Amino acid sequence: MLLEVRDLHVEFRTRDGVAKAVNGVTYSVDEGETLAVLGESGSGKSVTAQAVMGILDMPPGRITGGEILFRGKDLLKFKEDERRKVRGAEMAMIFQDALSSLNPVLSVGDQLGEMFTVHRGMSRKDARAKAIELMDRVRIPAAGDRVRDYPHQFSGGMRQRIMIAMALALEPALIIADEPTTALDVTVQAQVMDLLAELQRELDMGLILITHDLGVVADVADRIAVMYAGRIVESAPVHDIYKAPAHPYTKGLLESIPRLDQKGKELYAIKGLPPNLMRIPPGCAFNPRCPMAQDVCRTDVPPLFEVDEDRRSACFFWRETLDAGSGEGASAAGEPDA
Amino acid sequence: MPEAILEVSGLVKHYPLTRGILFKKQIGAVKAVDGVDFHLGRGETLGIVGESGCGKSTVAKMLVNLEKPTAGTIKYYGEDITRLTGKALKAVRRNIQMVFQDPYTSLNPRMTVGDIIGEPYEIHPEVAPKGERRRRVQDLLDVVGLNPEYINRYPHQFSGGQRQRIGIARGLALRPEIIVADEPVSALDVSVQAQVINLMDRLQGEFDLSYVFIAHDLSIVRHISDRVGVMYLGRIVETGKDAEIYDHPTHPYTQALLSAVPVPDPEAREHRERIILTGDVPSPANIPSGCRFRTRCWKAQERCTLEVPLLAVPAEFRLTEGPAAHDSACHFAEEKQVVPPEEPPDDHGGGVK
Repeated sequence: MLLEVRDLHVEFRTRDGVAKAVNGVTYSVDEGETLAVLGESGSGKSVTAQAVMGILDMPPGRITGGEILFRGKDLLKFKEDERRKVRGAEMAMIFQDALSSLNPVLSVGDQLGEMFTVHRGMSRKDARAKAIELMDRVRIPAAGDRVRDYPHQFSGGMRQRIMIAMALALEPALIIADEPTTALDVTVQAQVMDLLAELQRELDMGLILITHDLGVVADVADRIAVMYAGRIVESAPVHDIYKAPAHPYTKGLLESIPRLDQKGKELYAIKGLPPNLMRIPPGCAFNPRCPMAQDVCRTDVPPLFEVDEDRRSACFFWRETLDAGSGEGASAAGEPDA
Repeated sequence: MPEAILEVSGLVKHYPLTRGILFKKQIGAVKAVDGVDFHLGRGETLGIVGESGCGKSTVAKMLVNLEKPTAGTIKYYGEDITRLTGKALKAVRRNIQMVFQDPYTSLNPRMTVGDIIGEPYEIHPEVAPKGERRRRVQDLLDVVGLNPEYINRYPHQFSGGQRQRIGIARGLALRPEIIVADEPVSALDVSVQAQVINLMDRLQGEFDLSYVFIAHDLSIVRHISDRVGVMYLGRIVETGKDAEIYDHPTHPYTQALLSAVPVPDPEAREHRERIILTGDVPSPANIPSGCRFRTRCWKAQERCTLEVPLLAVPAEFRLTEGPAAHDSACHFAEEKQVVPPEEPPDDHGGGVK
């Protein structure tokens, strides 16, 4: 296994109290595999990724428990200088907002080249040649001329390509992409997503794709982990989850998106709001918003139940949810089994 | 067709690009909106979709008179509101209200919710006498699904979805006939988006509203709209009823846009054809000659460089009846089904599959 996160806990100490952002997340990614981590804002999906990369702001953040195994070694036990060798060379990250992630006063060529001068000790001239090669690889037209340009001279889609090039520079084994296409227009989104998927196949990398967009996930992921209030509530192969979700939250999410191929009447809406991380409800964090909640949900925290070999759901009533998902169909989304 | 309450024709907004400080010389213009026509019927929802920079927000601003058009007319019940001033303008503005995209920046953080929603009454005091305003605001809070007791709270005490409800309540305060909503849900989480869409849907019936709903999310636009206009670089390139646009698009840009939408169904991915456009949207300061989409179009020929295609029913569909016969600004319009149909396709399909 390339990366295994085990029972990770992260909290943030703030003036108003302790926000429990990640409460026991477990997931794994293998080489050549795409894991999508799906969740709304505040679900802890980005914080988990930052902990894996070792770029969490500490303080106020604090890792209070768990392990992050990369090729079997616990990264949390590494010293900062060891960690730095892993970061960039072995695992790299693509951020959402390319404009604010790139340095505005350095040309893109310098920023890409820096990877090689710092990590590989190359000369500036060789590093520049490498930078052009990378820009070609992510299909930036006229790379040789544009290598001297600054980030603001590129369009949003092109900037995101540069971010991808930078992440790929040292051919890492794992890439974490945090909402890589959220800031882009649909037509450009498709270009960038395709590029990313293609490069991943070519280099046989593990990819963790963090997103809130169920549509993007369906297009590229092998497996999905759905997060809510700092926990994984469901994890499954991509086909299974869309066919019949085993957690009411996943089900609600799927039903609440209007679909192009299903002009609906009233949209299904999950009632209420995501919880405040300083006051996560006792029992199952989703219980106040859940249509199936029973007494046990308000007192006991549901463990991750094994639905089948590679499928987990943190719901006491996963069986009922699963059945309801395929049975009804009349009330809302369901699957058009054409 | 329902009675047209709003009619827009030849709407243009150019922002001049100048050079020099003392002697300003115009060296060009950013053609944000470059000839837009549409109409809005009573109780109808018109969706406008397009990518960033296509001019959809500028259109919204002109409708509510936050921007003056460079040319063209906006007729409200037959009267051109772009020429109005003073009292007459004020009266019209009362009837066309706006809901903004970002509920975090469009509410003044120093004002209480009651003041925010009640502020329109300061400008239009005839709508509600002073003593009655507080009660009206509480009613509005109730209507949009917020607790009326929250009237003295500040915006930061609310979540994104609740703030957008406050924005909607403010838009409703003057009981307008038209609401222009510019990306009202794009800043919200998926589970909350559905709540706000449902709210807007319900209010439309309750208050007899007409919506101009602007968004870049095609699935949401389809869900709420009766008719849809697709904008590209300052112009509407295709317009029609929602089923005409989504199931029978004839303009290549619409087809590409639809095919690029990620569908939350891994099974559908095998069935659908994806059109990936090359390149980016050209700058609105330097619009290509002829058809403005030709630089990214896979069908472009010489004619597209020379002749501007008009927004009309394309010649090949003019004599046919059926969903393909709607306005599309393309010389080589042809039907193409991009989204997998719900039922088996019916026989007027002439599509190229």
